[in-house]
Parts: sequence; C-alpha cells; structure tokens
Amino acid sequence: MVPLSWYLTLGAILFAIGVAAFLVKRNIITIFMSIELMLNAVNLTFVAFANHWHQVSGQVFVFFVMVVAAAEAAVGLAIIIAVFRTRETLNVDQVNLLKL
Amino acid sequence: MLHQVLFIIFGVVCVAGALNLLLQRHPINSALSLIVVMGALALLFLLLGAEFVAAVQVIVYAGAVMVLFVFVIMLLNAGVEEHTRGSRVAIFLGIPGLIAFFIFMCWAIGSNGSALGQARIGSFYVPTQELGIALFREFLLPFEVTSVLILIAIMGAVVLARRER
Amino acid sequence: MSLTTYIIFAIIKLAIVLFVLLTAVAYIVLLERKVVARMQNRWGPNRVGPFGLLQPLADGAKFIFKEDIIPDSVYKPLYIAAPMIALILALTSISLIPFGENWKIAGYHVPLEITAFWNGNGIQDINIGLLIILGITSIGVYGVALSGWSSNSKYSLLGSLRASAQLMSYELSLGLSLVGVLLISGSLSLRQIVDSQGGSIVNWNFFGRLQFIAFFIYIMAAYAETNRIPFDLPEAETELVAGYHTEYSSMKFAMFFMAEYCNMVTVACLATILFFGGWHSPFEALHIAAPALWIAISPVFWFVVKVFFFIFLYIWIRGTLPRFRYDQLMAFGWKFLLPLSIANIIVTSLVLALRS
Repeated sequence: MVPLSWYLTLGAILFAIGVAAFLVKRNIITIFMSIELMLNAVNLTFVAFANHWHQVSGQVFVFFVMVVAAAEAAVGLAIIIAVFRTRETLNVDQVNLLKL
Repeated sequence: MLHQVLFIIFGVVCVAGALNLLLQRHPINSALSLIVVMGALALLFLLLGAEFVAAVQVIVYAGAVMVLFVFVIMLLNAGVEEHTRGSRVAIFLGIPGLIAFFIFMCWAIGSNGSALGQARIGSFYVPTQELGIALFREFLLPFEVTSVLILIAIMGAVVLARRER
Repeated sequence: MSLTTYIIFAIIKLAIVLFVLLTAVAYIVLLERKVVARMQNRWGPNRVGPFGLLQPLADGAKFIFKEDIIPDSVYKPLYIAAPMIALILALTSISLIPFGENWKIAGYHVPLEITAFWNGNGIQDINIGLLIILGITSIGVYGVALSGWSSNSKYSLLGSLRASAQLMSYELSLGLSLVGVLLISGSLSLRQIVDSQGGSIVNWNFFGRLQFIAFFIYIMAAYAETNRIPFDLPEAETELVAGYHTEYSSMKFAMFFMAEYCNMVTVACLATILFFGGWHSPFEALHIAAPALWIAISPVFWFVVKVFFFIFLYIWIRGTLPRFRYDQLMAFGWKFLLPLSIANIIVTSLVLALRS
C-alpha cells in the first residue's frame, strides 16, 4: 500500500528535474534527452491515475505519448545531424543564426 | 510494506538517475542515466499493474529511442559540454517559474493526498488483451492518426538527414 | 510450496541451468570449430584430449591467465562495464525460457523454468515472458555500442556504429515476425505458446499453421541480432580487425564471446518454443507406449534435440554463406524482411478472422 500522492510527487520531481536540465544544459542532445525525461514523468502520472480510477484509457494514452516521443526523437535527431553538418557544433548558444 | 520498500528503492533510483542526467557534463553519461531512469520507471509501472506498458517502455524507450540517442552521440563524437554563459531568459524567468511550478504541484498533491487514496499491488491489473481491445475499439481514430504522424516523421527524418546535392 | 522450498528449488535450478549453459557454450565453440573445419577439409582442434574434447578447458585456462590490458586512452568506467552488460543481459534472458513440463520431485511440483513457480493448481509463469525477452535483447545493444565507443579506437567505433544501426533495423522485423505466432496462440506466455502446439506435429506453428515465412524472417533477424555470419558486419575481421571488441583482451574478451554464444542458445530456444512445438515430441500423435522414466525425461530430451539442431544450423550457415556488404544488409532488412513480415501478419490475421 503506497499513497497515490507518492507516485504523483515522484512524477512532479522528475518533471521538474527535466525542466531544470532543459534550461541549464547547453548541448542539443542533452536538451532533447531532458524532454524525454519530462515525457516519462508524464507517463508515470498517467499510469498512476489509471490505477486510481481503474481505467484502461490512462495506459492507452501512455502509448500515444511514446509514439509522439519516438517520432520526435527521429525528427529531432535528424535535425541535430543536419545542424551539426552545417555548423559543426552541438552548443545551442552557437546556433543562433537562421542562415549562414 | 513490500510495495513501499519497492517504491522507495525504484523512486530513489529514478531521482538519482535524473539528477545525474542534470549534473553530468558528458552527453553519453547523461544518456546512460536516462536509461536507468527509464528502467526504474518500467518497474514502477509493473507495481501499478501496467505490465504491457512496462514492457513497451523498456522495448521502445530504452531499447530504441535511447539507442538512437547513443548512436547520434557516437556518430557526431559529441564531447564534454562547454561552459557558456547560458540564456538570460532561462535564469531570470525559467528557474523561478520552475520553482513556483514545483511548489504549486507539491501543494496541489499534498492538499489532496487523502482524497487520492492508496495504490495496492494487484488491485488494478490490465491484461494485454484488454489493453489491445481498448486501443483498437475505443481509440481507433487516435491510433490511426498517430500512425499517420509516424509516417510523416519518417519522411521528415529521411528528408532532413539526406545530404544535399 | 512454502517460500523456503521455493527459494531452495530456485537456487538449485539456477545452478543447474548456469552450469549446463556455460558448459554448452564452451562445447558449442568446439563444435563450431570442428564442424567448420570439416566443411573446409581440415581437421579442427584435435591435440588436447581425445578428439580435442578438452580444448574448451585449455581455452578457458588461457583466457583466465592472460594479461588483462586496459589501453591508456579508453573511457574506463564504460570500458569495464560494457562486457559485463553484454554478459549479464545474455544470461538474464535464458532465465525466462521454459525447458519442459513440470516435474514432481519429493511431492513438489517443480516447473522447469527459473522464473516460474507452482501456485497450488497450476504453473504460474510470467505472462508477458516473450515481451520481457524482447526487451532484454533490445537493451543488449548497449554492451556492443558502449564497448566500441569507450575503446576510443576507430575500428571499434565503426564496429559499434554498424552494430547499433544493424540491431535497431533488424529488431523491427524480429518483433513483427513473432506477431503471427502470438495471433495464433493468443498469449504472450511462452508456456502457453508451447501448450497451444501440443497434440501432433501438425499443430506446430512451422508445419500445420503455415508460419514458415515468419520462421524464416525470425531466423534471419535473429542471426543479425546475434552478429553471426552472414550478418557479422560489426566484427568483420577482414575490414575492422575485430570490430567492437578489438581493444579487449583476457576475461573481458571472453565475456563478449560468452555473451554471443549465450545469445545464440537463447535464439535457438526461442525458435524451438515459438515455431517447433517446444518440448512436444514429433511422434506425439502415434501414442507409443513408453516407460514412466522416459515420459518424464522425453520433453527435455526433445527440447534439447531441437535446440541442438538450431545451433548446428548456425554453424552450418557460417560454413556456407559469405558476409553481406553493409548496404546490402540494410536493404535486405528494410526493403525485404520488413514488408514480408507485415504481409505475414496481414495474411495470418485474415486467415484467423475468416476461420473464426
């Protein structure tokens, strides 16, 4: 028996760490990973509420989140490769021009 | 009791992995700590009775998405992060906003803690079949829309990653 | 069954499976060298012991006593962790494989599977066992990827880049090829999949249920997953020295070696369970009278025979086929295996829907 609020608090902590990493990190790949961390925290909240309301739909939504995350990773990493090819850096501070 | 012990172990692993992601300066260490977080989350999903979601979490996230990240890190030979000044908006707006958001979340969860009740092992258990029926009957339209989304993402990735001639 | 007896039986099963598996791995290496040698008109190892049967022991001793070199420029934590990740994951997946029906020993029902238990009226095994095995194999790529990256050598890096791209591509076809079997048996539990194929040889998924296309896709994708010829691009010795484990020596190299052969055994076990009726005898429909001892042992016997056949198939193919080129490998995976596995799912589900 674990209070549901523990799961939600864990989700909130993970989400907050994800946001903090998104703000602090300067490497594009790490920034992308912190977005994945935030999505994972949301997944935990979805599953916890599915358990609370005894509804399958909460778990189905996790699938949609995963699909979006996978699509985002594919496109995002392709963008990162394209950016690296033209600028030869992964630091977001140096990627501040729309056109070279 | 067992549930609490397991929750605390995996919860601590999750938070430690997430903090490690934040503190490490090399992207591959961050990626590996994120994989640890995902594994621990999969075990928490098992505790909440979502066995199929847990398996998919490991297969899709840890086994596919993160492999892609590690692959790109290896391909671009990403080194240790450089120290730069950072964004001013992030420091003056982002961090206070984040702290305010976190305090609000904790307050919202804490003030409703008793109303949320308890989670028991085995009180809610979704067999794979039931999940499949829900996915392909009630959520058929969203399912089809996400498949279109995946298709567009694949085409976008191919176009973006292709070398211009 | 009380908790104590459960734990005792679990430890005994663990010890037996580990011993048999590691011995088998050592002798599969010998078998491979012998068989490939015969296919190439050579003798193979025949100096240590009768017919070279003690060769694995000599090899093991050599691995243990060699100097363990850690090159200067490696990234040490990952360099040391990578072979362990590979071996641990390879050993974990075998613990989910059921080897036969339950045995009755001293009044206890003992299921022949490490992660199963007797719950009073039936064997309880993990009901998503197949998914967990898929998950573990999908994480297994990190051992290869990290070893190449942390070695800080270009051959290793090229090998691990090839490996991660190859493993990701073939995992798709591997997963989709199993969907047909899952549709037929309606379960993700390995034990139930085997039970659904009982009765006679016609009920095996390969023969009576027309999953031979799925089997072909599975075996091709699994060969790519285990980095074996004709898909051993990550460790192609003519191009990349030894690929991702170029910089490894002594026990760390042995760990990669053992992990590769353990994965081969797991793939062979899964092929047996999913497509060839698991521990069911091919002569089951004839109802031949047999002594009680044989009835107890025969499931394990048939299981081992089938697994041995698939391991021999690995070696046979190694002695027969040349290596693919890398673009051919990718084209084969994405343009041939993937559409074929999707077509297999569509046809299987159509047949099942029309029949019901």
